[in-house]
Order: sequence, then C-alpha cells, then structure tokens
Amino acid sequence: MAATMTVEVVSPEAVLYSGEATMVITRTLGGGEIAFQAGHAPFLAALTENHTRVFLADGSVEDIAVHGGFVEVSGNTVSILSDAAEIGSSIDVARAKAAKERAEERLRHEHDAEAVSALGRANARLQAAGSLTP
Amino acid sequence: MAGGQERILRGRIKSMQATKKITRAMELIAGSRIVKAQQRVTAAVPYSEQITEVVRDLAAVGASTDSPLLAGRAEIRTTCYVVITADRGLCGGYNAGVQRAAEGEIKADVLSGKDYTVVAVGRKAEGYFKFRGYTIDRAFGGFSDNPSYADARAIGQHVVSLYESGAVDRVELVYTRFITAGSQEVVLRPLVPLSAETVAGGDGKAGSSDGSGGDYEFEPDPSTILETLLPRYVEARVYAALLNAAASEHAFRQRAMKSATDNAEELIKNLSIIMNRARQDAITTEIMEIVGGAEALGSGKTPDVRYVDLLGASPVPASQHGDN
Repeated sequence: MAATMTVEVVSPEAVLYSGEATMVITRTLGGGEIAFQAGHAPFLAALTENHTRVFLADGSVEDIAVHGGFVEVSGNTVSILSDAAEIGSSIDVARAKAAKERAEERLRHEHDAEAVSALGRANARLQAAGSLTP
Repeated sequence: MAGGQERILRGRIKSMQATKKITRAMELIAGSRIVKAQQRVTAAVPYSEQITEVVRDLAAVGASTDSPLLAGRAEIRTTCYVVITADRGLCGGYNAGVQRAAEGEIKADVLSGKDYTVVAVGRKAEGYFKFRGYTIDRAFGGFSDNPSYADARAIGQHVVSLYESGAVDRVELVYTRFITAGSQEVVLRPLVPLSAETVAGGDGKAGSSDGSGGDYEFEPDPSTILETLLPRYVEARVYAALLNAAASEHAFRQRAMKSATDNAEELIKNLSIIMNRARQDAITTEIMEIVGGAEALGSGKTPDVRYVDLLGASPVPASQHGDN
C-alpha cells in the first residue's frame, strides 16, 4: 500500500477536510493540473477554480470544488487554503447548472472577467459533484 | 387617593414584568449565540494560522519584496480606522467602549496634525461618527451579529484599495477581542501595512516554524504568489476581527440583559412591597373612617337605644344618660 500523507482543505469558515490520503490532484493558476504524493518536495502555488480530488488510503476519492486559493506542501502535509471551497457531496447541482447557463449566456454577449470566473466556478462545482465530465 | 396610588403601582409592576420578560428572552438568545459565535471563532483559526504560515514561509524565502502592503510608507499622514461595533444597542458598554477608543485615537491624530478617515462597520459606529461630524469614508453594516466571510472580503478589499490608491498610509482595526465569555477587551491592531512583526505575531498565535523555507518550489514565482496572498491575508485578519467582535457583542448583550432582568426583578419586589403597604394603608384608613363615623353617630343615639332596650320602659330623655 502506498505511503500516506496528511491532507487539509481549509476555508476561512471551517476545516472542510482533514485526513490521510495517498494522492491529491489540483490545478494551479498556470493552468496545469498537479498531483502530490507522499514525500513531495516543499511546494507553494496559487490555485485556480478547479475540481480537486483527494485519493484516500482506502481507495475512495473525495471530490472538492476549490474556488481559487493556495496549496502548500511541506513536511508530508498538503494544505489547501481557499476562500471558498465545497465538498462535492454538498453541492447543489441544479443551482450550479443554472449558474453555468447564466455565465455562458453572458459570455455570448460580451467578454467579462466576472462571467469567466463564474463559469469556472460553476464548472468546478459540477465536476466535483460528478455531473460533468472534464 | 389612596386607592388611586395602588392602581398606579399595579400598572407599573405590570409593565416592569413585561420588560423583564423581554430582557430575559434577549439574555437567553444572546447566551445561546455566544456558543455558536465562539465556535466560529475557533473554526476560523486553522485558516488564519495556515495563511500566516504561508506568508511567513514566503517571507523566509525572500519574496518579501517591495509589495506595497508589506513595505509601509515613510511618512504617515492619513490613518484609516476600521471601527467594528454592533448594529443594535442594548448591549451595555460594548459600542461605547469601541467608539471611545477610536475617538481617542482620532483626536490624538488631529492634535498632532495628521489626517484620519473612518471606515465604520456596524450601524452604531456609523451613527456615532456621523452625528459627531467625523469624516466617514465608508460604512458597512447589517451583519454584526453574524458576519460571513463575504462581508470580511468586502471590507478587506475596500481597505486594501484605499491603501494602494495612496489615500491612506496606515490602517488600524479597532474592535473588541473575545477572550472568554467573561472577559473581552477593546483592542487597536495595525492591519496595513503588514509589518514583519504583524506577519510573525499575527493574532498572538505562535506558528510552527519548521524552517524548511529554503528549498520550496513555487508556481508561479514567489512574488506573484505573495501579491495574491496578501489581500487574502488582510481579509482573514478582518474576518477574525469580525468574528471576535460578534462573539463579544453577544457576551456583552447577555451580561447587560442579565443585569436588566435582575434590576427588573428587584424593582418589582420593591414596588410590590410599596403597593401592599399602600393597600394596607387604604384598608386601615377605611376602617378608621368607619369606626370614627360610627362613633360620631353613636355619641348621639346608641346609648339611648340600649337604655330603652334594657329597661323596656318608656324612653328617657337622652341628655340625662349619654354624657360622653
């Protein structure tokens, strides 16, 4: 069995997730996905809106929608700090879909940064909720 | 007159009892909210600790560049005070304490020839400073008893933009720190610029320093991360202050309402005693009046009648027997 590390997903209002995991996949501001496994070198990055997957030791996967933030890896601990993050199972899919449609509608008329990030958020939510394949 | 007084007292007791019910309810509500607010304060600690650690790691790496939020300005001309109070009153000296502390600082600034501006958080602060003619840059309100992170972000962004635009050279937070349910204190904390000791000291929590800052990988480069991180850090600080203030507000309100309830109880007791005495007085007076009246009448006829009854004989002129 693979070695595990401590993973924490922290938002200002609460610790969303904390536990042992074998791998974490998230997406940095540069646009690329990055995976961390136990014993990763110290690493610090800014994140974009994304669907973060935490692979637990028992083989299950925790899906989390992370709306921007930071990831810090040090001493076999991965901490994800986010202004707003949601556990996949608690996401309201209907609302996320409506938000996605709204954002797409707005983008059809004009290109505006707010709508782009709203679309990113909606996509991250839907992916984390498992109702949209990336 | 005597009966009238009793009625007035009865009315006062009734209104006092109604007031007591209200204050008791407010006390219980505040008491239950303290617990929740306290939990939110503790729930926010991990995030602010982590973000402080990240800032410190970045600083250790040498990314503490010339970011305006870190650098500070040589000459402090304008100070911005973020004054955090409640939206409502009925919480004892809570609002007054914060307002007095902020006003004292402002007056000291004005005396030393510096400029100031106020960002009022909570309707009470807004009203207080507006009424006294202080310059209010902007007022936030409507969330003092249950602040969300979005509220903190709005305040944080506003403050950071104020600072970056050069309108203010320093930002100070004035709020009530929640220590325990029994003790809170008004504190003045520098918010921007984030001096080295602010970053290190934070909210008085000792962060773990594993000293492994040297060999970090960054994506993108450290300065860019720091640039996006610092506003978040300010927001987290504001959020922590808002949560502390909310918990303190509930604690103050509970205490104020508890003493109001106790006072009402005391008053009701005293008024009841006075009322009972007034009623007794009224009864005594009435009896006295009856007895007095009866006696006044009796001095004329009663002995006369008794005499007639006893003897059963023909009446004798009253003037001969009744002599008192």
